[in-house]
Amino acid sequence: MSLFTGTGWLMLLVLRRDRIKLSVWVFSIVGLIAIAAPSIKEVYGSSQATLEQYAGTMSHSIVGRMLGGPVDGPQLGSVMMMEYFLFVGVLIAFMSSLAIVRHTRQNEETGRSELLGSAVVGRYAQLTAALVVVLMVNLVITALMAVALIVNNMPTEGSLAMASALGGVGIVFAAVAAVCAQIIGSSRGANAAAGAVIGFAILSRGIGDVLGKVASDGMSVASAWPSWLSPIGWGQQMHPFVTSDWWVLGIFAGASILLVSAAFWLASHRDHGMGMIPAKSGRATARAVLLSPLGLAWRLQRTVLLGWAIGVAVLGITLGMTAIEFKDFLAENEQLAAILTQMGGGNGNVTDVYFVAMLGFMAFTMTGYGLQAILRLQTEESNGYVEPILSTATGRFHWALSHLGIVVVSVLALGALAGASTGVSYALVASDVWSQVSGITIAGLVQVPATLAFVGFAVALFGLVPRWSNAITWTAFAACLLVVEVGSLLKLPEWVQNISPFTHTPAAPAPTIEAWPLVVMSAIAVGLMALGLVAFRRRDVVTS
Amino acid sequence: MNDKATEQRQIISVKSLSKNFGKTQALDGLDLIVTAGEVHGFLGPNGAGKSTTIRILLGLLRKSSGEVSILGGDPWHDAVTLHKRLAYVPGDVNLWPNLSGGEAIDLFGKLRGGLDAKRRAELLDRFELDPTKKCRTYSKGNRQKVALVAALASDVDLYIMDEPTSGLDPLMEAVFQEHVQQLKAAGKTVLLSSHILAEAEALCDRVTIIREGRAVASGTLAELRHLTRPTIIVDTKKPAIELKTQQGVHDLKIEDRHAEFEIDSDHTDDVLRYLSQVGVDHLISAPPSLERLFLRHYGDAPSESEGEEKRS
Repeated sequence: MSLFTGTGWLMLLVLRRDRIKLSVWVFSIVGLIAIAAPSIKEVYGSSQATLEQYAGTMSHSIVGRMLGGPVDGPQLGSVMMMEYFLFVGVLIAFMSSLAIVRHTRQNEETGRSELLGSAVVGRYAQLTAALVVVLMVNLVITALMAVALIVNNMPTEGSLAMASALGGVGIVFAAVAAVCAQIIGSSRGANAAAGAVIGFAILSRGIGDVLGKVASDGMSVASAWPSWLSPIGWGQQMHPFVTSDWWVLGIFAGASILLVSAAFWLASHRDHGMGMIPAKSGRATARAVLLSPLGLAWRLQRTVLLGWAIGVAVLGITLGMTAIEFKDFLAENEQLAAILTQMGGGNGNVTDVYFVAMLGFMAFTMTGYGLQAILRLQTEESNGYVEPILSTATGRFHWALSHLGIVVVSVLALGALAGASTGVSYALVASDVWSQVSGITIAGLVQVPATLAFVGFAVALFGLVPRWSNAITWTAFAACLLVVEVGSLLKLPEWVQNISPFTHTPAAPAPTIEAWPLVVMSAIAVGLMALGLVAFRRRDVVTS
Repeated sequence: MNDKATEQRQIISVKSLSKNFGKTQALDGLDLIVTAGEVHGFLGPNGAGKSTTIRILLGLLRKSSGEVSILGGDPWHDAVTLHKRLAYVPGDVNLWPNLSGGEAIDLFGKLRGGLDAKRRAELLDRFELDPTKKCRTYSKGNRQKVALVAALASDVDLYIMDEPTSGLDPLMEAVFQEHVQQLKAAGKTVLLSSHILAEAEALCDRVTIIREGRAVASGTLAELRHLTRPTIIVDTKKPAIELKTQQGVHDLKIEDRHAEFEIDSDHTDDVLRYLSQVGVDHLISAPPSLERLFLRHYGDAPSESEGEEKRS
């Protein structure tokens, strides 16, 4: 029996288990590109002047570069890259890494792979099967995206390059996840580690693009070196619709081969079911703080919170420091500064516009935390952890409120942290802006009601449709991100945009912040949470 | 005993309980009575509805119809107060991977109302469980031990155990039985679901046998044994042909000088007299076993090998 025996039928098993999940991913990602291409053409394709205006604005916008990428001059392909490459790249990265962990580490954790491993299956078969399937899915996505772009009359070579780069991002992150799944002994941990690498990839290329130099014509940006630390950055550095530097694909290939080899090497040097980091022994008796539903919930939630808090702080510091560049940029463009001041309510600070956008971005991060943390309710239930707890003298409200309480307080804390880290780092690099710190911190807290409304939505789903709560919550969240990212671009009707709670967060920092949307969203959050808790109290406990 | 006293002695009372999951009917008019101080065996094959019944008794699932009372309360509405007086050992013990076994034991104990530290230590010792190990490293048997130690170290009135020994080795199974005997001696009530009949025979005062969501038999072991007959396997000197016409002989298989049959206890004497006339070379009497009863309720005849095990 070779090390790879059984790979073929394990691949069929992976495809069978994921036939719906992966189809949805492929359909959504390709569908997004297929819708995006014509809409971009409609909005920007009318005249060269529009494209020049777009490229010029973006090249000089910190936010544009941070959330878009290096600008590739006045042409439709550049708009396509700026608006979609990062977003789609992150989607593909998550699709690939989640799939790899699901079919490797998670199998080991649940004991499924032990069952498989005892059949005629080689040591490397499961890892290989997962990698090959994810590779194939990425190739399919690449081909379909290229077709979607080309039929919409985007330049052929650029379309192929952009699609290949996105496929490359997916494959590299599959390889990253394969390594994480070998090193870390739990699927939750492996997913978190892969997620952290994706986060780093987003951030490092953002910094590189922000620090880059604007070309003399003011229509494109040459990124600084941090962009090259990121697989997403590599894709953008191909400049698909300009030079289409095909050699960059070699970096994707090289990195993937290296990482996959590392994963196989690690796989052959560890015991089944274990990570590379040996499990430490724990305490023989529990500390008193653990011995309550709240104590247990905190123990289960604290690591996730810590991870996100570090992420929020790093992001806040980065955003605060880049604000100074924005300020300098405005100093050179008095006309633009005047327009922005007017937009900001006339009597506000010009940099407020920047902070409004950045803290809106923070709201997504906080919501990402809030949803991951509150959906723990659902995984605790489906994994069977809740059953023995509810069989003790612990009521269902007590149990659920312990988790919910921690999430609500944590979201508030993250809001304050987001605002404070942004404000303080801005104050440290800019002179004479300490007076703005409190305003920026409050602006961080202003993001909280929308986040909590989303958390409430997840709680309601948990109570009403526990089996579907995970899928619906994350789909809804992705939809809201999409609405904000491209809502106006896709010309979505206003009511669709209004479904997203983030649409209703008032502008902050601002001299006067509208209070009523915050009150209404908080009330909706409380209502949804109550609905979810009551529904949970009235239904069966579901164990899968 | 008047009605009220009977009710008080009924720790668990289930009447025509039904539970549907969508179109699947998991329980279909189940009856179950467990009285104070007894170890009650709840027997049935996988999928018969044992765990569903237990989850309803714990207020984890909501009944579709019927009456359920446990420790004098309604398991759905009074869950929290009732749970102070009971301990539960699930069939499939799932524990948080990053907690140690000792932490999990203390947690369950505390949430139930407190643990006896001395007893905890003693149980850890007897079950040979290392409490410092993280739960992710425990085998199924060790996870079960965590739940058992937490339950047995709690001083409660009722212990509900759902196939608690399915992952234990025979040595640990013996330790478990010893502790259940201690609970019985202390006057505690135990509901023990199992599909291991030897365990039920060793521990239970009364048993309820469940099949496809309804109770098919219930009573003391003696009562249930009465429903079955001992088996006689005999080699005679001459063919014992008249067994065919003897009263009280059932399911006779006779082959030359070898005969196997079941016998009504009232007619044992007559049959033995006849056999001694024919001349006995070798005789085995297999006691009526739960196994036989069980298999009878499930429609299969006991296989040869199972018969062998019971010969003594």
